[in-house]
Amino acid sequence: MSSKNWDSPQMVQGSANRWSRVIIYGLLIFFAAFYLMPLVVMLLTSFKPLSEVYAGNILKLPAHWTTASWVKAWGEACVGLSCDGIKGYFWNSIKMVVSAVGVSTFVGAMNGYILTKWRFKGDNLLFGLILFGCFIPFQIVLIPMAAFLGKAGLASSTSGLVFVHVVYGLCFTTLYFRNYYIAFPDELVKAAMIDGARFFRIFFRILLPCSGPIITVTVIWQFTNIWNDFLFGASFTTGDTAPITVALNNIVNTSTGEREYNVHMAAAMIAALPTLLVYVVGGRYFVRGLMAGSVKG
Amino acid sequence: MSSLHIQQVRKSYGSTDILKGIDIGIDDGEFLVLVGPSGCGKSTLLSMIAGLDTVTSGDILIGNQRVNDLHPSKRDIAMVFQSYALYPNMSVAENIAFGMEMRKVPKAEREKAIQDVAKLLQMQHLLDRRPSQLSGGQRQRVAMGRALVRHPQIFLFDEPLSNLDAKLRVDMRTEIKKLHQRLKATIVYVTHDQIEAMTLATKIAVMRNGELQQLGSPSEVYNKPANTFVASFIGSPSMNLIPGRLVPHGDGLALEIEHNTTEGLQIPLPPQPDSVTAYVGKEIIAGLRPEAIGNGNLQKHELTRQVQADLVVTEPTGPDTLAILKLGGFEVTARLEADATYPAGHRGLFTVDLTKLVMFDSQTEQRIA
Ligand SMILES: Nc1ncnc2c1ncn2[C@@H]1O[C@H](COP(=O)(O)OP(=O)(O)OP(=O)(O)O)[C@@H](O)[C@H]1O
Ligand SMILES: [Mg+2]
Repeated sequence: MSSKNWDSPQMVQGSANRWSRVIIYGLLIFFAAFYLMPLVVMLLTSFKPLSEVYAGNILKLPAHWTTASWVKAWGEACVGLSCDGIKGYFWNSIKMVVSAVGVSTFVGAMNGYILTKWRFKGDNLLFGLILFGCFIPFQIVLIPMAAFLGKAGLASSTSGLVFVHVVYGLCFTTLYFRNYYIAFPDELVKAAMIDGARFFRIFFRILLPCSGPIITVTVIWQFTNIWNDFLFGASFTTGDTAPITVALNNIVNTSTGEREYNVHMAAAMIAALPTLLVYVVGGRYFVRGLMAGSVKG
Repeated sequence: MSSLHIQQVRKSYGSTDILKGIDIGIDDGEFLVLVGPSGCGKSTLLSMIAGLDTVTSGDILIGNQRVNDLHPSKRDIAMVFQSYALYPNMSVAENIAFGMEMRKVPKAEREKAIQDVAKLLQMQHLLDRRPSQLSGGQRQRVAMGRALVRHPQIFLFDEPLSNLDAKLRVDMRTEIKKLHQRLKATIVYVTHDQIEAMTLATKIAVMRNGELQQLGSPSEVYNKPANTFVASFIGSPSMNLIPGRLVPHGDGLALEIEHNTTEGLQIPLPPQPDSVTAYVGKEIIAGLRPEAIGNGNLQKHELTRQVQADLVVTEPTGPDTLAILKLGGFEVTARLEADATYPAGHRGLFTVDLTKLVMFDSQTEQRIA
């Protein structure tokens, strides 16, 4: 699957081909630049002192590189009334995303396993309903969910938010694992049954170890969605329990005189780093995993 | 090792009946082959013996124990699947040991069992590999090994050779037969290859559409097929089934074969039992194996007859020559002497061996003699 394979020898021959190459690369570079521009601006701004931000061109390199705004965004920026930076909220988000991704992935895998290997009456209907859950807009569930969290004593807590994300994510994780396991040979499950393994053993010893690609896909998907979520975070948490996306918004909205764009940009970069990291580490597997089900014989 | 009894087993999915009352019994150490066309319910029956599927009604007995309600792992069976079903995340050794691990066999004992089986199947050098690093034949071997370590009462095989190439299939077939003789194991083996059935079985069960057509030894099934389906399914090239009529001839009977376009042919028959004489004047279907029609390669005796036939085409196979003859207007396959040249369109006398003749009712298609 390396990109080398695309360069077939015939393609580099002839000047007509050379021109089409130039056009292709030109377009690619243009669009890459177009999409990378905001990131470049953010990075440059975050390393400038405030005076430079206000002084000149947003695309100009900083005259004096400084990490002061990063330090400030992390530990001193004012979010609402307190001025302790975004670090607390960063950890809120980490806690939230790790538990929500872990639980929703695990339960999704379990659902997929049951829906494909322990068929029961009405399983397809159930799967259809779960699938339907993928299409329910966030806004519809806000008020009922708030009421439920209040009754369950989970309002304004990280656990409450985790619960919401798990419930919402389950539709997707179940879909992923169900479609992956449907191609997993039933005979392996039968062989394991004859070997004396029961429900959980078969899952943990046979299916789960073969689920690497789909676990990667699910984790990346869930991680980015949950980490980047703003609506649920803003609706179901208050003050100190907010995730980083909400805190970021609050930093920007806490206006005390001059707007500190450099600090805002640094905070935004910090908020975006984990998802970037997940993509860089797992992106390759993401594409591979998405295709694994269809390629496997 | 143990006997196996399948009594009036039925299986339906919703309103469709897949198995319609199967009765099969085999003794300790027998090699039962379930054979039949695709979709006739062989795998379903095997799954029910294994306990991977429940019976709708009827009983399955292993030894003297009714196992209907036992979990597969408690039935003391081992199964080899068509796809081999090796756990892809485990090495060969781990694959073989998995069942023992589940049964909490001590580690040292497991190691020894793995070594013994690996030696038996000559695959010591494969133990550390993953299934994906094995060839088809090697995977098959590992699947057998996984079944063998168990020392079960009954081995179940579901088309274990169908994924192998032709040559390997023949080799493995011999190997399975040797293994059966050495272990004296009770085996139930599913295939839709009638040659595998003939070569391996001590008993063959021919199935069609969820019904048992015939249960018998290979020679019974081959020589005395219960109906025209079994007759044409077992044997290659398959048995000639010729529509004909029983007519009086002297003191006895003759078989009249007459296609409406050509002149007929009468073959005088030896004295027949009452079941056959009842059919005088009626339509029947005559069954003759290709090797019962020949020329110099068939010894003449009092139960052979000489008949006129036209040779349509020949197919030399080496040991003998298959030929399509026009016999009383019907095309039949014959097995002729090799090393002779047969001009196409040649008309001559051929020998028919009546000891191998079987007859079927033309309506019910059941054998009458
Ligand atoms: N779970 C099921 N639900 C409904 N019908 C089924 C189910 N499993 C099997 N069948 C049907 O039962 C019939 C017998 O299937 P089975 O797999 O036993 O055939 P087979 O004799 O093993 O065929 P093959 O030689 O192709 O393996 C088929 O018509 C199949 O469609
Ligand atoms: Mg089958």
